[in-house]
Amino acid sequence: MMEQLYQEVILDYYRNPRNKGHLDNPQIKACDVNDSCGDEITIEATEKNGKMSEIKFSGQGCAISQSAASMLTEYVQGKSVENIAKLNKEEVLKLLNIPVSGMRLKCALLGFKVLKLGIIEYLGGKNGSSS
Amino acid sequence: MNVKKEFPLLKSKVVYLDSAATAQKPKVVIDSVKSFYETSNANVHRGMYDLGEKATDLYESSRTNVANFIGAGTTEIVFVKNATEAINLVANSWGFVNVKKGDKILLTELEHHSNIVPWQLLAKCVGAKLLYVPITKDGELDKKEFSKLIKQKPKLFAVTHVSNVLGTINPVKKFIAEAHKNKVLVLVDASQSVPRTKIDVKNINCDFLVFTGHKAFGPMGVGVLYAKKDLLENMPPFLGGGSMIKQVHLQESTFADVPARFEAGTPNVAGAVGLAKAIDWLQEKGMGNIQQHEKELTKYARKKLKEEKAIKLYGSENNAGVISFNLGDMHAHDVAAVLNEENICVRAGHHCAMPLMNKLGVPATVRVSFGPYNSKDDVDKLMSAIQRAKKVFRL
Ligand SMILES: Cc1ncc(COP(=O)(O)O)c(C=O)c1O
Repeated sequence: MMEQLYQEVILDYYRNPRNKGHLDNPQIKACDVNDSCGDEITIEATEKNGKMSEIKFSGQGCAISQSAASMLTEYVQGKSVENIAKLNKEEVLKLLNIPVSGMRLKCALLGFKVLKLGIIEYLGGKNGSSS
Repeated sequence: MNVKKEFPLLKSKVVYLDSAATAQKPKVVIDSVKSFYETSNANVHRGMYDLGEKATDLYESSRTNVANFIGAGTTEIVFVKNATEAINLVANSWGFVNVKKGDKILLTELEHHSNIVPWQLLAKCVGAKLLYVPITKDGELDKKEFSKLIKQKPKLFAVTHVSNVLGTINPVKKFIAEAHKNKVLVLVDASQSVPRTKIDVKNINCDFLVFTGHKAFGPMGVGVLYAKKDLLENMPPFLGGGSMIKQVHLQESTFADVPARFEAGTPNVAGAVGLAKAIDWLQEKGMGNIQQHEKELTKYARKKLKEEKAIKLYGSENNAGVISFNLGDMHAHDVAAVLNEENICVRAGHHCAMPLMNKLGVPATVRVSFGPYNSKDDVDKLMSAIQRAKKVFRL
């Protein structure tokens, strides 16, 4: 069970995170803390022609929350922002492909929650200013 | 010590290494709570009938028991719900009368959030400032800095006796003597020390002392505030309601004598009875024996953990049964998750001490803490689970 949860790919993303860092002028930015364990994720991103052009994450926490956030940023980069906004939990969990349940579900989905938060805010702001 | 069999929960296969969070309860304590409800349940200080008197007697004799245990007078003991409430009581009652704009309150970097946040709330309200005694790299309070800071004459020095993260034992008696020389009052958070060491409030001469019952083998929901009589008598009420009044008029009321003045509403009588039973239990086993047992276990565990290259240990050998560490580059939660698979209960996180974590430069640690029911065998199980964790994490 633990070997499946902490499989090579998770440990690799934890130890060598892709897209970790910050952007100078992110249009999309959100952060959140999982208050049951204190894990933190911040996501910063930019949009270009409706697509997610650059995306970075930062934060600290367990291997599950950090690697999941990293994988998610890789997955969404270059995809249409509208489509990313429609992503659901099941799709994200499938992407991670690890047996998470119970308390660890929150860890695995923290990055996704933050991304969603940022995009909703961004799209809301855009719609608000154009109307 | 051979007391594990007295703890019903420990008959399961769990290896419980989280007594600093809450202690397991011996059967005699559980039975005393059950027995209270089965044979003595009535509201206290009210019923004009024998049963009410029986409940009141039990409640008040529990208070006497607590008082004797820490060397206090009976009227110097206030029952509250936990250590957190006790500190909030002092901050709100004594604090609002005595701490004014521009005043200082001295805390330490070792404190639990419960001994930080109530003071922040007070300081913000009255315009006071919080100062902190820093820790050295061994996790000891910096005594030189303390001596400097105390000369700034804060209104109060609030300090933990034993750190809930590093296990550091603070020399509170020395601190108190020096504080008093500078006319500073001292509050001791004894939540982690009451279950592990013999405490005599008159000997250390603290002004306030708080502890929480559930870490001292008592039930959850009962805690203790000790305050010197002349301080307590001059403090205004904290919570208002029944039991804490002499007379209530439409616009104002007069208040009961201490300690009743600070016990508004129906108290946790069964909790107090259970705590008194826990104290009996501790005394029967002997505080000295418990202390010795935990000291040996801690020494053994620290030695074993030190032998493991991938482990970084925090704190020092001046330690009362609480050990913090990290494993390789893994987050404490990941380590705890693997240990859990081996039925080992440890705490992982910031342990309600975020300022201390910042100082240590880590977001979290794995914490192991002992009780009298633990044995070297538990430490060996921990060590083999750590071997397994290393494998899982490819360390
Ligand atoms: C040193 C210390 N002080 C205070 C507390 C607070 O205890 P409680 O949550 O029972 O009020 C704890 C427990 O976590 C503690 O370890």
